[in-house]
Amino acid sequence: MPTHDVFNGSVSRVEILSADGSIDEQLADEVRDVLDDEAVVAAYREMLVARELDDAAYRLQRSGRMGTFPQNKGQEAGPLAAAMTLIAGHDHVVPSYRENIALFHLGLPMHQILLHWMGDERGNDIDPKLGISPICISIGAHLPHAAGIGWKLKIDNDKHGTDRVCMAFFGDGATSEGAFHDGLNFAATGDAPVVFVCQNNGWAISVPTEKQTRSQTFAQKALAYGMPGFQADGNDLFASFKVCRDAVRHARAGNGPALVELTTYRIADHTTVDDASRYRSKEEHERGVASDPLIRTRRYLEARGQWNDDLEKQEKERATRIVKEVIATAMEIEKPGKSDIFDYAFATTPRELERQRETRRTGSLGQSPRQSTLSRVEADEAVTV
Amino acid sequence: MPQLNLVDSINLALRQELTRDESVILLGEDVGLNGGVFRLTDGLQKEFGEARVRDTPLSEGGIMGTAVGLAHAGMKAVPEIQFEGFLGPAYDQLVNQAARCRTRNRGGMTCPLTVRVPVGGGIHAPELHSDSPEAVYVHTPGLKVVMASRPKAAKGLLASAIRDPDPVVFFEPKRVYRSFKEDVPDDDYTIEIGQAEVLETGDDLTIITWGASVFRCLEAADALPDHISAEVIDLQSLWPIDVETIVKSVSRTGRAVVVHEAPKTCGLGAEISALIQEHCFLNLEAPVQRVTGFDVTMPYYKLENDYLPDAARIGKALRETAAY
Repeated sequence: MPTHDVFNGSVSRVEILSADGSIDEQLADEVRDVLDDEAVVAAYREMLVARELDDAAYRLQRSGRMGTFPQNKGQEAGPLAAAMTLIAGHDHVVPSYRENIALFHLGLPMHQILLHWMGDERGNDIDPKLGISPICISIGAHLPHAAGIGWKLKIDNDKHGTDRVCMAFFGDGATSEGAFHDGLNFAATGDAPVVFVCQNNGWAISVPTEKQTRSQTFAQKALAYGMPGFQADGNDLFASFKVCRDAVRHARAGNGPALVELTTYRIADHTTVDDASRYRSKEEHERGVASDPLIRTRRYLEARGQWNDDLEKQEKERATRIVKEVIATAMEIEKPGKSDIFDYAFATTPRELERQRETRRTGSLGQSPRQSTLSRVEADEAVTV
Repeated sequence: MPQLNLVDSINLALRQELTRDESVILLGEDVGLNGGVFRLTDGLQKEFGEARVRDTPLSEGGIMGTAVGLAHAGMKAVPEIQFEGFLGPAYDQLVNQAARCRTRNRGGMTCPLTVRVPVGGGIHAPELHSDSPEAVYVHTPGLKVVMASRPKAAKGLLASAIRDPDPVVFFEPKRVYRSFKEDVPDDDYTIEIGQAEVLETGDDLTIITWGASVFRCLEAADALPDHISAEVIDLQSLWPIDVETIVKSVSRTGRAVVVHEAPKTCGLGAEISALIQEHCFLNLEAPVQRVTGFDVTMPYYKLENDYLPDAARIGKALRETAAY
């Protein structure tokens, strides 16, 4: 028997709006039904606000008012474009932590992101109507969740003739986790309407892409799971929108999951406790900064007569105002009560936990009979630091 | 003699073991060029090369499983898991593979690896960066478990762990990384795994603790009224557990308080309480008290201090126990 090919696959990269502002008009026209000038202006305004929030969060951390924070700076265009292909409240989003702008676009109040990073669980108390899962800290762990949500959406879609999809965001590093394999394989074998969006910013903390994988692209990993893989310049709003829309249409049409790789650059450190200068060259960083999606989108709008310095100034002032209010909302919220740590452990708090709640209040462990003879005042004094 | 913190003493131990034994290999996320997210492996890749200090893809299961394979092949693997919360994906390899290795191969194929893991709360970290899962691994037959609280002991214990023919989980209390310095000899010494250390001697009660809680306990013991003197034991080896040192002390003092950050139920405090009543029943003057975290998920940092045992809560338990 002669040998013959049993698999052939390829991945195309889409670029529409390049860093110098030049644009492939033909490809751009394919997405201008949505990304008309008005929509791009709106998207740019969203980017300005998200960027301001990101910078403000960094300042909050540096001034001791927030814990460790992973900046999103430089990764605004891809996730925003991805979110623009979804229907808020209709579709479901399973995020990681570097696509805040996508969540804002879909209706998440911005102060909740701040609360999360201020160590306040109320940041995760998300209105169920939004269809947004809380930020997943554990790298890749949420990808099988997306598969599971996708299974349920498929059941509903088949039953009710709906076309809901689930979109999961993750980074290049997450593709190394076993959970990435599980997520893609379970979504694919379950024909689940899941769009996996990999933001490849080139770095998993200090580990560069070439040490993360020997695949030439992350998009091609999709092919091994039996789903299409797309790649686009993630700092290009148009290209990102195009591939995400293609992937979402594929999933909405009942054809199962798809993987999108958006190449981008993490302008800031991994988090506020990281120092990227230890492992990234200055030249590389400068190149990354030059590919900033905000600069690119603004150039595009200026070339089309939709933007100017006055508007820039005015809109930046607006972004500052909005973010100030968001910070005020987050800072003014009263600290959760001490009992809070027991309130959500179980639907019904077991007796032993109620006892522990009481010992937390009185500062006694409750094993000594003497506890009953201590007055509340004494007990409270004993635990007041 | 140099004054070192926990970060520097562990770094020194790693450097000395890499020098001493060519089969020692470090692997983990960001351990190479970046020197680890806490800088524990700083400078080691430069000194020993990429083949022996290896940045890995982002997969704890991959790191641990590869370490098991390296150990099977005769290397002394020293994987780093970046935070205790991410032991989850590594759990299968550590518990179902490494821990059972010697038994299932009847001593033929073994698994001499030491997994280093930052542990515990109190540093305002994000979710899954502040847990205390040590009891899970103590409860796993076939694993040795260490949690050194002080630089000098950490260096000797880590050297022992790396040289140990069996898998060791080496927990590093991250709150202590840079908060405490002491003289650390730079010569080659080991501290036996399974040996507790009495940090302060006393007559009226015994405090048994480990990790970052050691410092809260010392604080609480110092704040006791003059007529109460507490003996403070840093367990430091959680398995094998130094029953003799505990029993000797509690038999003399008649009172014991166990302190740990981990949740109360099935925490190591429960085991220690049981051991004390098995061995010291006739000497006990008071019930053994436990000052622990609660049986709830470690809260985000805004409430972490309401969860973690502090000197005030510990002090109250000490006074209650002393007065019983």
